[in-house]
Amino acid sequence: MSSKRRRKSEERFKRILEHEYMPKAEIVPKEEVKEILKQLNAKVFQLPWIRASDPLVRAIGARPGNVIRIIRKSDTAGEFVTYRFVVPG
Amino acid sequence: MAVSNTVSQEELNNVLAQLARILPPRIIDELKNKLSNKSLTKEQLANLIRILVNEYYKMLIDPGEAIGIVTAQSVGEPSTQMILRSFHFAGLREFSMALGLPRMIELVDARRKPSVPMMTIYLDEEHRNDPNKAQEVAYKIQLTTIENVTRSVEIDYINSQIIIEIDENELSQRGLSMEDVRKVVERIKGKGAQVEFEGNTMRITLEGADIIKLRRVRDKIMQTRLAGIKNVRKTLVRYKDGEWIIETEGTNLEAVLTIDGVDYTRTISNDIHEVAEVLGIEAARTVIMRELKKVLDQQGLDTDIRHLMLIADVMTWTGRVRQVGRHGVVGEKESPLARAAFEVTVKNLVEASIKGEVEQFRGVVESVLAGKYIPIGTGIVQLLMEFE
Repeated sequence: MSSKRRRKSEERFKRILEHEYMPKAEIVPKEEVKEILKQLNAKVFQLPWIRASDPLVRAIGARPGNVIRIIRKSDTAGEFVTYRFVVPG
Repeated sequence: MAVSNTVSQEELNNVLAQLARILPPRIIDELKNKLSNKSLTKEQLANLIRILVNEYYKMLIDPGEAIGIVTAQSVGEPSTQMILRSFHFAGLREFSMALGLPRMIELVDARRKPSVPMMTIYLDEEHRNDPNKAQEVAYKIQLTTIENVTRSVEIDYINSQIIIEIDENELSQRGLSMEDVRKVVERIKGKGAQVEFEGNTMRITLEGADIIKLRRVRDKIMQTRLAGIKNVRKTLVRYKDGEWIIETEGTNLEAVLTIDGVDYTRTISNDIHEVAEVLGIEAARTVIMRELKKVLDQQGLDTDIRHLMLIADVMTWTGRVRQVGRHGVVGEKESPLARAAFEVTVKNLVEASIKGEVEQFRGVVESVLAGKYIPIGTGIVQLLMEFE
């Protein structure tokens, strides 16, 4: 029973990730983070946040403290790259 | 001479790849389309790129521009022209819908539940072209209780029996059979009650139950779910943009996405909190944007989408959906004076002084209050002149 339920929730999770409103995302390596922050002239906590419980974060396995790169579809620019700082919660 | 000077396709692609590092993909695509059947000389191409990049940088917002104020004006002014009442359709086939200003306020306030929660369910390739197949999926989604398929209910107080007559037509219309009803009723009747079936009638006998208990059990049976998804009260199959879709009243996005026949890549709800929970904060951002745009479009108002993007960005900045107001964007401001200037002045000041908060005078509101330069436009730079 419990394994069946787990399989079902995994299936649901997979479906969610294929949703049109789900942007592509990846973890930014530690070395790159510094460079990006310098480019943006910002501290890491000044980036927009994302909760560790967010489906997007769970999908790529990011942990609090990571910075993730989000490539979202945009109506004005076609594609837009942005960053979010993973926070606990 | 002219032949050797034209730009080859390969060279053009090289240049475009380099441009992609500074210009957004949208502009690159447009440029590609425009250049697809023209041949340019190298000189012309260089000129073109120079002008293009120049224009692009000219169009960018300058640092220090008060975009928040511009957004507030650009969204606020059209909203004064919107209708104040929400529409209600008095038909069976239509939903009442919150439109105009009430809906907009609801979105910006990030209310827990929208006044009219709705889902737009798209269907997979097998079901989207046939209204009957779409209806089949709709029956799987729409909540059906025993009450919905009942013709009559009686309580026999003398024999302490509940007599329910099921309407076969209703059952078959919803793609169900008596067998489904029997299964559900027998599952809930494990507690010392006897169930008998006679054609379309069922008799539930409760030994020694008083009137109040009988009535309570009756109500419980009537509310029992036969098919469908919790919270989805109504479904409507509609033809829209060349395919059949289902619109629902009441939302349960998580459950609907697992139903077979549903196109789980496009199905969406209008409840931002639900979307934030199921699909994440980035999806919620998109939904806030789209819903605001929908309201403005319905009213025939034209507001640049970038303003709505800013609103959505600010609302989702902390990774949770927060309202533009006392309990959200403004309420979480760092500056105590800025908070006090907005609403509930005394409470904010008292709490700030108890906590020992320090005013940094970094924002606009508090700087105005103190008569300092505001950090906007030329005020954002701090220059020290060298004295010679």
